[in-house]
Formats: sequence, C-alpha cells, structure tokens
Amino acid sequence: MEPLVTGDRVDCTYGGTQLNGTYITERDGKAVIKLDSGYNIGVGMETCRFLERPVPVSRPEILTVQDPALPSLSIISTGGTIASRIDYRTGAVTSQFDADDILRAIPGLSGIARYRTTQLYTILSENMTPRIWQELATAVYKEIKSGAEGVIVTHGTDTMSFSSAAVSFMVDTPVPVIFVGSQRSADRPSSDNTMNALCSATAAVSPFGEVAVIMHASTSDDRCAIHRATRVRKMHTSRRDAFQSIGIPPLGFVDYPSLNVDLSPEAVRRGSDEPAIRPALDESCRLLYFYPGMPPSALPQPGEVHGLVIAGTGLGHVSTDWIPTLKTLTDQGTVVMMTSQCLNGRVCDRVYDTGRDLLKIGVIEGADTLPEVALVKMMWVLGNENNPDKQRILLSTSLKGECMKRSHHGL
Amino acid sequence: MDYEQIGLLAGIEIHQQLDTKEKLFCRCPTLLRRTDEHSGEYHRYLRATESEMGEIDDAAREEMHQERKFTYFTYDSTCLVENDEEPPSPLNQDALLLSLTIAKMFGMTPIEQVNMMRKLVIDGSNTSGFQRTALVAVNGTLPNGGRIETLCLEEEAAQRVQGETFSLDRLGIPLVEITTSPCMHTPEEVREMAGYLGMVLRSTGQVKRGLGTIRQDVNISIRGGARIEVKGVQELDLVAEVVKREAERQQNLLIIRDQLVSRGASVNPDPVDVTGLFAGTGSSILKKAKMILAVRLDRFSGLVGSEIQPGRRLGTEMSDYAKKCGVGGIFHTDELPAYGITSEEVGTLHRTIGTTEQDCIVLVAGTPRQAHCAAVQVIKRARFAMDGVPEETRKMLPEGNTAYMRPLPGAARMYPETDVLPVPVEPSTWDGISLPELLTERAKRFSAELGLDEGLSRQIAFSERLPLFERAVREAITPTLAARTILGTLKEIQREGADITRISDDQFLEVLRAIESGKAAKEAIPEIFKMVIKGSGSEAAIKKCAPAVSRDQLQAIITKIVDERAEFVKEKGNAALAPLMGVVMAEVRGSSDGKVVSELLKKEIGRICKLK
Repeated sequence: MEPLVTGDRVDCTYGGTQLNGTYITERDGKAVIKLDSGYNIGVGMETCRFLERPVPVSRPEILTVQDPALPSLSIISTGGTIASRIDYRTGAVTSQFDADDILRAIPGLSGIARYRTTQLYTILSENMTPRIWQELATAVYKEIKSGAEGVIVTHGTDTMSFSSAAVSFMVDTPVPVIFVGSQRSADRPSSDNTMNALCSATAAVSPFGEVAVIMHASTSDDRCAIHRATRVRKMHTSRRDAFQSIGIPPLGFVDYPSLNVDLSPEAVRRGSDEPAIRPALDESCRLLYFYPGMPPSALPQPGEVHGLVIAGTGLGHVSTDWIPTLKTLTDQGTVVMMTSQCLNGRVCDRVYDTGRDLLKIGVIEGADTLPEVALVKMMWVLGNENNPDKQRILLSTSLKGECMKRSHHGL
Repeated sequence: MDYEQIGLLAGIEIHQQLDTKEKLFCRCPTLLRRTDEHSGEYHRYLRATESEMGEIDDAAREEMHQERKFTYFTYDSTCLVENDEEPPSPLNQDALLLSLTIAKMFGMTPIEQVNMMRKLVIDGSNTSGFQRTALVAVNGTLPNGGRIETLCLEEEAAQRVQGETFSLDRLGIPLVEITTSPCMHTPEEVREMAGYLGMVLRSTGQVKRGLGTIRQDVNISIRGGARIEVKGVQELDLVAEVVKREAERQQNLLIIRDQLVSRGASVNPDPVDVTGLFAGTGSSILKKAKMILAVRLDRFSGLVGSEIQPGRRLGTEMSDYAKKCGVGGIFHTDELPAYGITSEEVGTLHRTIGTTEQDCIVLVAGTPRQAHCAAVQVIKRARFAMDGVPEETRKMLPEGNTAYMRPLPGAARMYPETDVLPVPVEPSTWDGISLPELLTERAKRFSAELGLDEGLSRQIAFSERLPLFERAVREAITPTLAARTILGTLKEIQREGADITRISDDQFLEVLRAIESGKAAKEAIPEIFKMVIKGSGSEAAIKKCAPAVSRDQLQAIITKIVDERAEFVKEKGNAALAPLMGVVMAEVRGSSDGKVVSELLKKEIGRICKLK
C-alpha cells in the first residue's frame, strides 16, 4: 500500500470501535489522525486503513477591498508571530503569512488606509542579520519615495528592537515607519496582533513622523504605546507589554478600541525630515557582556574586529586586569564603546579609577545608549565614516534619539 | 409520556473537576477563591479565528455578533499562564494518570499518543479564546449496556462573576469529560446513568466535591427532532426533568412545523424599516430605539405565541436568537397589543406592511447594526421552525426549561495546541494502573466486615469524609462510633452554625480515642468539638468538658444519689432508672459513658429494692 499523505480519509479500528478521520502526519512513530469530532489522536500506523484521497477544494479567494479615498500605507512583512499560522502537518507555528493574509485576517485595517504590501521575508526574528536590515531599510526607503504616507513593518518580536534601531540609523524619513509584532500567535482568538496592527496603522496615518515600535502598553487590550526605535527593548519573554521605552516615556499612545492617537511633545512630527538612505554597515563589530572573573582572553584579538561594544557593570566598568588588553585593542585602532548592563541610567567613567583608566586608553562613554543599540550604531557609524575622529564624534552624539543629554528621574 | 413511542434518545456528557494539587498546564494550586480577594484585573477582546483547515466555527461566528470586552480577576494564586501571557507548562502528569485510571474503571482503551487540542471558546470564559482538551481514551461500557464513547482531559474554564467579568481561580483546573453514546431511552434512565458515572468518579477519591465541581451536559433528541445539547445541569435531581421538558419542546416544535406546512406559511427575507410608525409610541423600548425593523412571517399567526415548554413560546426562542445581537428581546403580534404598544399601532403596522391577521410580525429594535443583526437572527429561527427542530446548544434554566445558547459546535472549532508536545501513553503505564474499589463495593464491604448497617455503610462510603472514616478504622476506632460521629454529630453542630472545617482530622481522632478509652463520654462530643472550633486544643477541650471520673468515683456518686432517694426508688422500682440517669449525668457533666452509668444505676436500684 502506498504511504498515506496529509488529507487522506482513513478509518481506524481502535479499542473495539471504528474511528473515521483525516490523516495528518506521522509523529514519533504514530499516525496522527484528525477525527471527525475535531480531536487529533496518535495511533499505530497499522491501525489506519486508507479510504480515499479527497480532491482538494480550493478556498474562495477573499479579495481585500481598498478604499481609494483613504491615505496610502505600505506594509512590509518579514515574518514573526504576527504573521504566523499553524502548520497543518507538523502542528507547529510557522511564519508563512503574507501581507495580504494580514489584511484578510484583520478586516478593521481596511477602514484606516489603503495598503500596498510587500513580503520581504518570512523568518522568525532570531534569524535576522545585518544584511537583512539593509534590505529592509532599502525597501522602507523605496516605499517612502513611492509616496507611502506611512510604512508598517511586521516583524518577530525577539530582535525587533535591533531592526528598528538599524532602520532608524539608515533611513531619514518624513513619514512614520512603524515596527509591529505580536507576542501571542495570530491563530488564537486572544492574539494581540489585531489591536497592535490597528493601532500601528492608525499611528502610521497620524501626524507622527519617525521610526517607532508599537505594541501593547499593558496586559489589557486598552492601548498601545509608541516607542522610539532606538530607546525600546523587549523586557519580558512572553507578556503582551514586553516592549518598554528605556530611560524615556513612550512617545505617545494609541487608545483601543477608539484608536485615538496621543503624541507627546518629544515625538518627531510628520514632514520634519527629508527622505534619505545610507544603508552601509560595518559588520565587523561585537557586543560583549562582561561578568566578574571574565578573562581578558574573551576579548577579540587585535585587528580581529573594527568595533567593540561592552556592556559593563554599573556606571560602565570592567575588571582592572582588562585594561592592558583593552589598551592593545584601542592602540591598534579598534573602536571601543562602553555601555551599562543596568540599561537604565548613564555611563560615567570619571567616578572610579577603573573608569578613568578606561577613558585614558580611549574607550568611548556610551552615555545612556542601550547596549544593543550601541552595537547597531557602531556598525552604522563605522560603515559610513572612515575618519576615526569623526567616528568618535558621531558615536558620542545623539543621531536618532538613541542617547540623551539629560537623565530623567526614576526608573 | 410514552418515550419509546416518541423515540427518545439521550446521552450524557459529564464534566468532573479533578482534585490534583496543581492545574493542568501551570503549577498554580487548584484553589477556588472569594472574588473579593482578587489582586488585580485586566481587559481583553476575543475574535473568532480560522481553524487549521481554514474554517470558522458556526458557534464562534455567532459569538462575534457583538464586540465584547471581557474583564478578568487575577489572584496571588494565579499566574501568567491563566492570563494567556505565557506558554503553557507541560501537561500535569498526575491529572493524566488520574484520567487514565478513570478510563480503566470504565473498561476503555487508552489513546497511544495523546494530542492536546485547542477548542475554540470565545464567550470569554477562556482568556486564550480556546479550551485545551485531549482525547485520552475511547469505548467504555455502562451498566445499561450502553457505551461510553470518549474520555477527554480538559482544562476548566474561568468562572463568570457577573456579566462579562470572569474569575481566573478556576481556569485551568483539570477536568475529565466523559461522553456516552445516545443509549438512554427515558428521563429516569438518564438520571440513573448520570448517578452511576458520578459514583465511579468519586470512587477514585481524587475528584473535587461540592456544587459546581461536577456538571452534566445532556444530549437529547426524539424521532423527527434534532440533537440538542443542554449545558450545565449541576443537580442530578434536575436531569430527568430537563430530559422530560426537552422531549416535550421537540414534540411541540414538530406540531408547529406541521401546522406551518399545512397553512403554507412562509418567511419574508426582507425586514421593513418601521421606525417612523412608532414616533409617538407609548412603548419606552421602541421610543428609545434608533431603528425598528419588522420581520414578516406569513401565516404564522398564533404559532409564535404558542407554548412549547411551560412559560416558553416559539417567540421566546426567536427572542433568544435576537439577543445574540445585543438587543433586549423582540415583540411579536401574537402578544400585542401590550407593553405600551396599542391595538391602533398594531393595525397601522399590518396595513403598512400589507399583512393580515393570519400573519405574524416580529419587531426588533436597537441601533441600526443591532436591529439588522437581530432581524437576520429572527428570520433564521423562523425558517428553522418550518423544518422542525434546529440542532442547538442550549442552557438549562432554573426549573428545568432550556434556552438557546448557540449553534452546535462542529469540528472546525478544534485545532492543535502547538505549545504542548504529544504525550505517549506507554503500555507499562496503563498496565500499572490499579483500579480503586467502587463506592458501591466499599459500602457492601463496610456492612460485611465492619458490622455497620446497610444505610450507614452506604452513607459513609459516599460521604466526602470517607478518608477520615477509613483512617479512624485503621486506627482502631469502633467503626459505628466513627461513622455516627462523622455523619451525625458533625452535621448537627454544623447545622447549629459551627465551622467544622476547623476540626483537624488529628483532633477528631484524638477525641474519638478519648471516648474509646473512657476518658470522655459520647455525650460530651458536641461540647468538645465546639471548644476545639473556638480554638482550644483537643486535649484541653476533652479535660474541660469531660474531667475524667474514675469508675470508683462514679460508683460513689451513684450510691450517694440512690441512697438519698431511697424512698423514691422503692416506690418506682426499675422505673426510677430514667429520672435518676438524668440526675447522675448532670452531676458528672457528661464525663461518663451513659451505658456505664445505666449499668451501675441498675445495680444500685436492685440493691435498694432488695432491701425492701
């Protein structure tokens, strides 16, 4: 008998009773059968008898209706949970939803704007690379140049803040560029994808005008927060409100279900910038997380990398026995920037001896830049500027709101 | 009613909470809380989603007619899994083993590889929008020769506090769902089988007890009718009544169908906007409404108002359908004029729409969206009436009637729970499960081995305090004393308002041991328990309530009392026993066993009488 394929009608004589169903797949040596009651069971392959192979019925294509009177937005899909669906065969959640599917799945979107959709990638965000950030930035820029009044990037949440920071450094934009994802899969009725997408689309047609991440502001479905792309971080593995602005309040909120947008005075407004792109990146950069007792040998060899970001302790420290090795690195031309594991607060290497030593050997204080953002910034600065003095100036200056001159109160 | 003649077929779906320490998919305790203890709350919306086969379930679609905002109460005994903010932990193995034990007790066959599913439930009772459920075993037997089709292991839903507010303490408690085939033919048989299923479940000693911990859904159909699933019958006593009334409802719907057919009735698919007609109406509901739509049911007159269950009409069914759209109900001309609507208004309505008194008009009122939605629902239900009985999920009303809840859910509401890996059931696991003794068997054994009478044996075997009784017997307490104290004394002081949960098993047994050793008298038990409840230790309570009176002291007390009343004793003879018992017991304040007192008294009375 030829092997069963997904979708075959089968019957199983099991436990003295006849069970009819559809063959799904083989898992751990068992045949997984979807019974007509809807339940899946795993039984011995030999208990299943092939009945018929139904002719697949193609689902009627539901066309998404676009209202020409509405503003035009572009959706660039890269994958992730917001664009995930269950794989019928393996039962696992995979990213294979294209931008059109998102429009179909979230009908409310069609009342906010008309959309042009591009499916750039269908990957989980842990598989992102600087190479893809560049493609993404180029795609975003192209949409802006083609007249999009806002761009929405659907993205896996794991590394969304890396990508948002990268696009923020690479692209100057007069219109909102919104990164959005979801923490709970799109196939569940409680998914945060609908509210996040509706709030993002609304913000994308609002007076807002910079790169941002928009996700749930709390565990409730009551509002989304608008986070600056270079000040945002995923702070929880699974909660809907995992994304938090670090060191600054969110740039605004979009209430749900009213979809009222409330922007803070700090939020950059639409039209403040001219479109431009500088997508070069120097990937020869590393981020190192220091821990007590970490040997200096953990540092890259002289000449091995062009840039190094250290997530140091407290005010921005590493152990004293790192200083000679670090000095060799900076002497050989490696650009080294210090950030803090505290995430909140500012690096200050002028208080303790170790800090002063670090400054003496040429380590740059990263101010209150987040470690991951500092890495992305380092790649971008080294990719676009060859002059070491100018590199130092750029790294110490806020380019896209990634570091601030004043520290706000509190955590 | 001749149930055989009408072809009654019924089956049961029983849901029993398991008394495991932890929930099915998180390590929270299975502890029910008072809602005023909640530590926080949050709000969510739920949306119907497609199954992995690309379909949307009918029942889920209907719930979507209104956008509903749900509120959830959290507790210090719930976690992010209940909040749908964290993937589920692995399946609780204790719960799986217990469900397999129950399956084995019914002679079922376990599924070799258990696959967890998500069952779409978007009425708010599950934060995720689905209930996790897995088919664990198939094909068992019932004493009436019928079959148990399936046994599923599921998670319990959140408890509705009120309206759209739910409490998360109950969400995730393990539950077994046992589904029988439609193998029962009378309401009494359904009741009997439900009782049997409950008894087997309780025999494990590991299921939750008390109101709401076991719920029956009943599937009912009659010949020519349709399968109806009645949800949430909590009391066994109402099962038979629900079946009886549902059979009656289906019969009446079939009669209505026959009349509609013979009249040549029809349902007009186009509702008419009659908002303007009621501009000056005295009906407050219609006056408030932004839109009033009229649904025209040709030649339906009289039938919409005809009773199908005590106090419920075909119109009530239409109203239940319409309520899914957020309207408060409907008006129909079979019940008008009434509710502030005048006969003139009814006349104008008929004239405007072009109907006569043979026809029925149904009015729905609300916002334009609600009114349109409700009109579609009324048309749908009216069409069903022309076919007889629609398949439905219904909920039980207090006295045994039922009301429409939603369409019967289909297979489209199930899709795989991808966050939980399939669990193999190894033959060695299955073979290693030993079967607990059935409570009915245990009752017989108590009666045979422990000398309890039949009634007491059965009562104690089915009691929630069975484990305490068995421990008492193991610790050499006289079985009758233990059983009577559990079933009698404890219940009595509870009726007086005492909180008997404050008596620990250890304290309970210590008191009974004191009785057995003669340190205290049976008569003192209620007083001792009451003191324990008030917070004194059991030993202190025993001493205080029943200071030990030695046999010699007792003898002296009795001799003295009898001597003092020698004349009385001589006169009454043995009849003096009862009054003197009272005097002695008052003197020793219950600290002596009545049996001993009575023996000694009899001897003393004999002594005095001999002197005569």
